[in-house]
Amino acid sequence: MSAVGTLRRTPLYEEHLALGAKMVPFAGWEMPIQYPTGIVAEHRAVRSAAGIFDLSHMGEAYLRGPKALAAVDELVSSDIAGLAVGQARYGLLCNERGTIVDDVIVYRVAPETVLICVNASNREKDVAHMRAHLPSDVAFEDASLATALIAVQGPRAAAILASVAAPSAGGSIASVAPFAVTGASVAGERAHVARTGYTGEDGFEIFVAWDRAAGPWSRLLDAGRGGLTPTGLGARDTLRLESRYSLYGNEIDETTDPIEAGLGWTCKLDKDFIGRDAIAAAKERGPSRRIVGLVVDGGVARHGFAVVKDGRDVGTVTSGTFGPTVGKNIALAYVPVALANVGTELAVRIRDREVPARVVKTPFYSRKEKVGAA
Amino acid sequence: MSVPDDLRYSKEHEWVRVNGDVATVGITHFAQEQLGDVVFVELPDQGASVRQFSSLGVVESVKAASDVYAPVSGEIVERNAQVVEKPELVNQEPYGNGWLVKVRLTDTAEVGTLLSPADYRAHIGETAPSGA
Repeated sequence: MSAVGTLRRTPLYEEHLALGAKMVPFAGWEMPIQYPTGIVAEHRAVRSAAGIFDLSHMGEAYLRGPKALAAVDELVSSDIAGLAVGQARYGLLCNERGTIVDDVIVYRVAPETVLICVNASNREKDVAHMRAHLPSDVAFEDASLATALIAVQGPRAAAILASVAAPSAGGSIASVAPFAVTGASVAGERAHVARTGYTGEDGFEIFVAWDRAAGPWSRLLDAGRGGLTPTGLGARDTLRLESRYSLYGNEIDETTDPIEAGLGWTCKLDKDFIGRDAIAAAKERGPSRRIVGLVVDGGVARHGFAVVKDGRDVGTVTSGTFGPTVGKNIALAYVPVALANVGTELAVRIRDREVPARVVKTPFYSRKEKVGAA
Repeated sequence: MSVPDDLRYSKEHEWVRVNGDVATVGITHFAQEQLGDVVFVELPDQGASVRQFSSLGVVESVKAASDVYAPVSGEIVERNAQVVEKPELVNQEPYGNGWLVKVRLTDTAEVGTLLSPADYRAHIGETAPSGA
């Protein structure tokens, strides 16, 4: 699957080449890591104006039927049963051991239709996990290879999207509330448009049919001319890290539980879901380690680097980068809870040197103006 | 791709500009383009001695760290404090203000072992000489 010859291409592959993207293998896909603009400039464009992302590699599954919502509520850690039609919620797929199979966003797109968006790297595993736990009267469709996903993120996202899209029920895209989802027409194509994202900015994610994605992509670029920057996976990673969003495979995986990962807030422990009992027990025990934010002074900490205290290895960096907006080298790391307090002085071993690192409050960045329903 | 005619090059994509017995060292336009946005530069201390093709320092981009090798042997007589403060100079002016260190050569003959501009162009897959 990782062999170059078998990499999948999204329906926007040709568009990326035309834009001069640098394409790299990612989770079995050939994806743009950056465009000629460069990661730092793309990151800044999303913070100050808007960026457009091709996320068609991500997985999408539809669950349908009168019992679909209740079934997903048992699969996902957060309150899915309480979702109104047109609402979305972040949550976790967990196993019986209470560790994390994937992090997902669940969209109730119709009274009896639930859309789950999952990580590309976990799609096959998630599909098997969900199928194995679903009652037979819930229809399951893995629509990953039939569904393209385009994200428009940044303070200008609403204005740009509103100029080419409108909700099917009327009104303006700009009045879609955060974590709401609506049927919409985008550049004449039927889509689900959700006010969700992974950048820490206001923004939208557009689910559209695989073979209809090129039109909306180019219409959006035209509409945003000068203020909408094609943004690759490189900047997607720096944006999410500044906003302290977990990345599966880095902060979370099947060896981590939601409590130590700082995702206890996504677990509704007064309902039944797979992994609930183990997570409740982990919460009761209290974690032995926690994810913290670090500011590293003298090098870039990377995934897997050791965190050191008084010459002893005490933890591991899960993600690290230079944060273009915060202007510092930042990292997330697991450390013992006794060393997790803000202000704790630690070090990260970078090329055999112990580089000073301090525990700081996260997120490293949060935008000042929150969006309400306009 | 910019490959100035007055410099010598290493296969590892460093350049040297020799002035008397002091060589200014940096990484090439090709190298910075491959790396992407440079966000951190680690250089040896002034007074340190380096051997040809041994590690000279590290240039880190958003995505990865990359070793820089000394194209010549000698003593570090100056490190570019400006590029440590503003690593993006490596991208913006790789042959100018983005230089890394100045080395007092222990063996000026080493410079002759480095690639000519034409050879370096061939090395990075460019056949046509630059317009210079």
